[in-house]
Amino acid sequence: MTDTIRQLIVLFSILFTVLTIGAMLIWLERRLLALWQDRYGPNRVGHFGLLQVLADTVKILTKEDWVPPFADKPVFIIAPAVIMVVVLMSFTVIPFAPGIEVVDLNIGLLFFLAMSSLGVYSVALAGWASDSKYALLGGLRSVAQMLSYEVFMGLSLMGVVMLAGSFNLRVIVEAQRHGWFILPQFIGFIVFFIAGVAETHRLPFDLPEAESELVAGFHSEYSGLKFGMFFVGEYLGVTLISAITVALFFGGWMGPFLPPAVWFLIKTFIFICFFILLRASLPRPRYDQLMSFGWKVMLPLSLLNLVVTGAWILLKTK
Amino acid sequence: MFSLTKTIYTVFMTMFRKRATIQYPEERPYIPPRWRGRIILSRDPDGEERCVACYLCAVACPVDCISLQSTEDEHGRRYPEFFRINFSRCIFCGYCEEACPTNAIQLTTDFEMGEYKRQNLVYEKEDLLISGPGKYHDYNFYRVAGLSIKGKGKGDGSNEEKPVDPKSLMP
Repeated sequence: MTDTIRQLIVLFSILFTVLTIGAMLIWLERRLLALWQDRYGPNRVGHFGLLQVLADTVKILTKEDWVPPFADKPVFIIAPAVIMVVVLMSFTVIPFAPGIEVVDLNIGLLFFLAMSSLGVYSVALAGWASDSKYALLGGLRSVAQMLSYEVFMGLSLMGVVMLAGSFNLRVIVEAQRHGWFILPQFIGFIVFFIAGVAETHRLPFDLPEAESELVAGFHSEYSGLKFGMFFVGEYLGVTLISAITVALFFGGWMGPFLPPAVWFLIKTFIFICFFILLRASLPRPRYDQLMSFGWKVMLPLSLLNLVVTGAWILLKTK
Repeated sequence: MFSLTKTIYTVFMTMFRKRATIQYPEERPYIPPRWRGRIILSRDPDGEERCVACYLCAVACPVDCISLQSTEDEHGRRYPEFFRINFSRCIFCGYCEEACPTNAIQLTTDFEMGEYKRQNLVYEKEDLLISGPGKYHDYNFYRVAGLSIKGKGKGDGSNEEKPVDPKSLMP
């Protein structure tokens, strides 16, 4: 009984933390982007503009929630929910600290990959159900982009799995007690991170929503809370990729002095900031460049990484 | 790949630069003295209205935001009966100031004229008149004009000669 209550407390505190982070990222991103663009950003509402989040939430809740008459209504409504559900599901397998995780799944990494693949449905269905050319183009692009980047995202992680000998994220973190996987798996980390940026379709890989060419891509027709779901879903995706990167390559909760959960949050925070820095600095590639970069550079690189890691482990065990 | 890394680094280092933004209500920007802001009507050094209601400002105004009606006091001195500037139309071009022959109408450095009602942007003469001479401290139109008004007869103005009697033969 006490075990169930403990589980519930952990579950709801993780949900609360993750959603709060997702919401606060609206403010953080605007402030950081401003910082890197020689501006101040929102600093009027509350201390350092922190209440901007509240103001934005109230605004987005009171906006007209409009479904275009030409849209495929049920699909149109389900699509934004899918991305939220999928990303929140992925958070269940992440070990925030010893004992603080929702499920100790022995195929945790596979579960994460499966869930992030399901995220494509949200974008594709949104683009399709909107029945507008820009949304459809955005949806098509995102499907192609996410499917092709999914391939080597999985492959790049296999090096880590081989070194740790498990798909369980907790075991992977504990395997890094004597050295983070960033050192032996540097190429894997680079490939995974680039794929992660593409997977959350953040800049520079935001081709599905490319404002300058596709209005807003797959969510052109969305407004109000449905748009807010995509928005928060994207921020949750950023948090998720950062958390997974930390767990797989940067020793998860490992660190001296501070409590494990704090270490995990600090490391995740640094990666979130790096995501935003990428957005502030890099231009968006052309669509064919994106695809050829994925298939001709990243995929061979991750395969090479896989082969070299495998050979190294074989040599060591002999 | 190297150029991308360099871009990221450069953008990151922007963080430590001084911001270009001026935090307006707390921090004031520098306003040049010749700024064309809120229009005022000035008075001459004697404390009388400088405006002689010649309508030149109203004519010069490209958006027709100035309207006035001239009248005269008992000594023949012209002044505007009403003088109205609609600041919701005014484009602050400064043509009225250039057109004014008596330096009465002047543009100031004040630009904070926000109002909730459009009607409040229509300034009447009492809103426009200030108590001092504005940018020109010593200029007094009636002291240099050859017109006789109260307190100054013909030929009493500065740099003015006494009037010649045309019926006399004397030089």
